[in-house]
Amino acid sequence: MTGCTATYAGIHCREVTKDYGKGESRVRALRGVTVDIEPGELTLLVGPSGCGKTTLISILAGTLDVTAGDVEVLGVALNELSKEAKTAFRAANVGFVFQQFNLLPALTAAENVAVPLVIRGASRSSAVAQAKRLLEAVGLGERVDTRPGELSGGQQQRVAIARALVHKPRLLVCDEPTSAVDAKTGHRVMELIRELALSPDRVAVVVTHDARVFSFADRIITLEDGRVANDERVHPDVTPVDKEGRS
Amino acid sequence: MYWIAWKMLTGDRSKYWAIIFGITFACVLIAEQAAIFCGIMLRTTSQIRDIHDADIWVMNANLRYIDDLKPIADTAFLRVRGVKGVAWAVNFYKGAAQAQLENGNYQSVILLGVDDATLVGAPQTLILGRVGDLQFPDAVLVDEAGYRYMWPGEPFRLGRTIEMNDHRAVIVGIFKASYTFSTQPIFYTRFCRATLFVPATRRSLSFVLAKCSPGESPDVVAQRIHEQTRLQALTRNQFSWLTMSYYLERTGIPVNFGSTVLLGFIVGTAIAGQTFYLFTVENLRQFGALKAMGMSDHRIVRMVFVQAAVVGSVGYCLGVGLATALGIFLQHLRPLMSFFLPWQVLALTGAGVLLIVLLSSLLSIRRLLVLEPGMVFQ
Repeated sequence: MTGCTATYAGIHCREVTKDYGKGESRVRALRGVTVDIEPGELTLLVGPSGCGKTTLISILAGTLDVTAGDVEVLGVALNELSKEAKTAFRAANVGFVFQQFNLLPALTAAENVAVPLVIRGASRSSAVAQAKRLLEAVGLGERVDTRPGELSGGQQQRVAIARALVHKPRLLVCDEPTSAVDAKTGHRVMELIRELALSPDRVAVVVTHDARVFSFADRIITLEDGRVANDERVHPDVTPVDKEGRS
Repeated sequence: MYWIAWKMLTGDRSKYWAIIFGITFACVLIAEQAAIFCGIMLRTTSQIRDIHDADIWVMNANLRYIDDLKPIADTAFLRVRGVKGVAWAVNFYKGAAQAQLENGNYQSVILLGVDDATLVGAPQTLILGRVGDLQFPDAVLVDEAGYRYMWPGEPFRLGRTIEMNDHRAVIVGIFKASYTFSTQPIFYTRFCRATLFVPATRRSLSFVLAKCSPGESPDVVAQRIHEQTRLQALTRNQFSWLTMSYYLERTGIPVNFGSTVLLGFIVGTAIAGQTFYLFTVENLRQFGALKAMGMSDHRIVRMVFVQAAVVGSVGYCLGVGLATALGIFLQHLRPLMSFFLPWQVLALTGAGVLLIVLLSSLLSIRRLLVLEPGMVFQ
C-alpha cells in the first residue's frame, strides 16, 4: 500500500492543520484546510507569502507530517504511513520540481534526470539512457552531458522537469517553478509542464505567486492565512487534457 | 547509487582534496613517527640481532637489558656447556672502553670480545679485512659508521693504531653493523684482548653464547640452563624483547613518540572531520532533494560511508606512501636516522585512518539523519 503504486487517483485533504514549534513559539501554518484535487488537471496553489502554500504542498508530497486532519494521496492515507513507508511512497509516486532546481552540480543533465530511476533500483546505464530520451523531449538533446552549472536557468528547470517525470509519477508537485527564471522562460516552463505532465491519471499541483502563469491553470486554489480563501475552476489558454488523454 | 556518492564527492575538488589532505597529514605523522619509534626500538637490540651464531644468551640473573652490564663468573661458560641440549657455549665480552686516537683525542667505544679460539660472535660482513685476522696480536675490527665517525672524510685504511687502557690495538678489518642506540663506534676483538683494553675487574665475563644441539628447542634449553646454573638464559628473541621492554618502560621514548602520533591523529581528525562535515552541510539541499525524491536514510548513510571510504583509502595510500618516501629519503640523507616500517605500523596507521573517517562520517550522518526532506521546499 505504501511503496507500491496506489489505485485511487486524487488528493483529499480534510481539516488539515499544521503547527510549527511548541508552546508560546508555536506558529499555525495551516488552519483546517479541506481540498480535493482530481487528476488530469493543473492545479495552482496561490497566495501571499506565509499563507501556507509551501506547507500544504510539502504535506501533499509526503515530506511533512500534519498536526491534525486527514490527507489521502492517490488512495493512501499519508498520516498512517511510517517514515520509511512514506519515503518509499514518494520514490514510487511523486515527482518534484523545486524552486531552486536542486540539481546535483556534480552530475550531468542526464545523470540528474536518471536519479529518481536509480533510487527506484534501475541500473545507471539504463536510467541514463531513459533520461537522455526524456531530455530530448524537453529540447535538451544536445546538452545531456552538460553539468547544471553550464546550463541557463531555463535549461536547468527543464532538466528538473524531466527529472520529475522520468519515473512516471502519479503526483507532480512543483514549487515556484518559474520564480528563478525570466518571464519568457517561465512561460516555456509552464507550457512544458502542461505538455508533458498533464495526463488523466496524474495529479499536478503547482505552487506559485507568479500571476503571469495563472493562465495555464485549470484550477486555482487561493490560500490566505492558512485557510482556503478561494477555489475556482478556470479555463486555461491551453486546452486541458480530457479523461481519455485527448487534448 | 555509489556512483552518485562518488561524483558528489569528487565534484567539489577543493573540498575533496582538503579532506584527503587532512587524512594524509594524519597518516604521515602517525606512520612516520611510529616507524621512527620502531627503528629506535630495533636499534636497542642491534647487537643481539647481529650475532647470528648463538641461539641462547646466558647472563646475570639481574640483567635488564643488553647495556646493563653485570659480569658473571668467568667459569660460567663451563657450567653452561654441561647442560643437556647445549652443542657449544663460549665467552662473550661486552663493555665500554676509552680509545685514544692517533691525534690524542679520546673516544668512548663499545668493546665486544669474542671467544679466542672459535671467534663465535664476530661480525659476518666485512668491508675490508678478514674475520680470521682477529687472531693477530692486538687486532681489532671496527664498524664502518664508527670508522667514519672517528676519522671523518678519510678513506678506509687498515693498520691504524689506537690505544685502549694503555694497550695498543691495530685495526685489521672494517665491518658493517646495524646502527646501535648509542651510536658509539663498535670494536670487536678476542676475549683475552678485550679484558686488557679495559681496567681489570674481579669478574670479566659479560655473556655466554650457547648453541642448541640439533633438534633441541632453544626455549627448552634456555629454561634448562636457567634451572641448572641459576643464571638468566634467554633466546635471541626473548633477550631482544627484554631489552626493548626496558626502554619502553624506563624511558620517555614511547610517551614522546606517542604524543606526536596522538597529535597527528587529533589534527587529522580535526581537518578531515571538519572539511567532511562542511562538505555535507554545503550539500544539504542536494541530500534533502534526494531524500524528498525517496532515497531512504539507509542509502544516504551508505553513500556517506562510501564517500568516507574513498577519502580514507586515498588519504591512507598517499600518507603511507609519503611517509615511506620521506623515511627512505631522510635515511639516505642521514644514515643515523632510524626508520623501520613493519606491517604493524601500517595496520596501526590504517586503524587510525579508519577511526578518523568513522568519526568524520558519523558527524555528517547525524546531520543528514535529522534532515527533513521538506527543507527543499523552504
